Amino acid sequence: MEEKERKIKILITKPGLDGHDRGAKVVARALRDAGFEVVYTGLHQSLDQIVHAAIEEDVDAIGLSILSGAHMYIFPTLIEKLKEQGLEDIVVFGGGIIPTDDIPKLEKAGVRGIFLPGTPLEEIIEWVKENVKPRPVTL
Amino acid sequence: MGEGKRETQAGDPITSFIAEGQSMGLIDQLLKGDEKAAARVMRLVEDGVPEAREALKRLYPYTGRAYIIGITGPPGAGKSSLVDKLVEEFRKEGESVGVVAVDPTSPFSGGAILGDRIRMQRHSTDPNVFIKSLATRGHLGGLSKATDDVIQVMDAMGKGVIMVETVGVGQDEVDIVKTADTTMVVTVPGLGDDIQAIKAGILEIADIFVVNKGDKPEADKTIRELEMMLEMGAPREDGWKPAILKVSATKGEGIKELMGALKKHRIFLETSGRFESYRRDRVAHIFENLLRDKLFHTAMTKLKGNGTYDELINEMFSKRENPYSVIEKLHCQCGLEAKG
Repeated sequence: MEEKERKIKILITKPGLDGHDRGAKVVARALRDAGFEVVYTGLHQSLDQIVHAAIEEDVDAIGLSILSGAHMYIFPTLIEKLKEQGLEDIVVFGGGIIPTDDIPKLEKAGVRGIFLPGTPLEEIIEWVKENVKPRPVTL
Repeated sequence: MGEGKRETQAGDPITSFIAEGQSMGLIDQLLKGDEKAAARVMRLVEDGVPEAREALKRLYPYTGRAYIIGITGPPGAGKSSLVDKLVEEFRKEGESVGVVAVDPTSPFSGGAILGDRIRMQRHSTDPNVFIKSLATRGHLGGLSKATDDVIQVMDAMGKGVIMVETVGVGQDEVDIVKTADTTMVVTVPGLGDDIQAIKAGILEIADIFVVNKGDKPEADKTIRELEMMLEMGAPREDGWKPAILKVSATKGEGIKELMGALKKHRIFLETSGRFESYRRDRVAHIFENLLRDKLFHTAMTKLKGNGTYDELINEMFSKRENPYSVIEKLHCQCGLEAKG
């Protein structure tokens, strides 16, 4: 087998109840166009569904779109659940309607990147390129 | 079933690394059915890194057990929704189920959006269902290059039924027949007149036809066209008469009948000895692909290593040589004698 460059895989998902997935789709599309492989789960995902999808697809990062106001619950709980599974090396980032005051708290909880409405797509792509690498696998 | 013995080649950095310890982990866990370990190994396989081959070597003795169903058909025919329903049925029967869903890679960016999971996410937390999305990564034929190897991993982890969903296909992406025991072609009413139905290609590969969205008024016409197509053609060599079923995946109609048809085909495969011979064919298929890769790689390394490659291309480009003569002049010394 030839030595090949590994692809970066990203899970883009919409947790919880809000039903607006345009933002998530736009980001998924932009990441695809930047050469990433994006697994898209669709709407209304429970955190357990997200964790299991991340396990099965062996993603390097999870991007969440949250417009419901539940970000202070969703992000820390997801990160906790990932830790329980030994998956703390998966990069968690997200976007949506998030008050700027909450951002430091989320970062402290382990969210690596927060993107507010109006963020240029290039900025998100650059950030992903810099911060997400294929997770190493040891047999 | 053979023992999982692994041959160690001296001097191979990966094997010696593994022999030194810390490593039996992932494979052992995988063989016990551990999802996380299996997912990690599949990722290696998907990325085609050298460790992947090491893993596949060790898993090989545990493969060849699963019943593999291929699901193919045009984009939007409802393949994912149908897989979702079939997963539910197989789970009711107590089967452990694997799904490999392939979506296309963008030829421009190399990226992909893998969205087949959307229709199946309700099974995500079921420990007896493993769903893996794959991007084609430039491979033609409806599957990705890693598909056969990912199936090997799922097989070894103990999935009794593995469903492989191809990309939305046109008329000629028929790789799935080499991979699947039972090939299901999913179509929908209103895609074209009866001339479409006699075209070669994907319509010839179906063991089972599913006319999805069967609640549409034109569904019966599509069924009749398929029936006529089958009547006009010569009987199949293997003696199987393809079933044609009207299904509505989203409404859950016709699913029981589809399960019945799958069961019938599986029994047909087992009683006719094909279940065994397909496994032999599949090994040959995997081996031939590896052989092709190896020969190509060996030849290219040799040609590029001594600068001949660029020289030859220049000769052809300037019309002093032509590719057809050059290929005849190349003597392949590949050293293919089996070792040990």
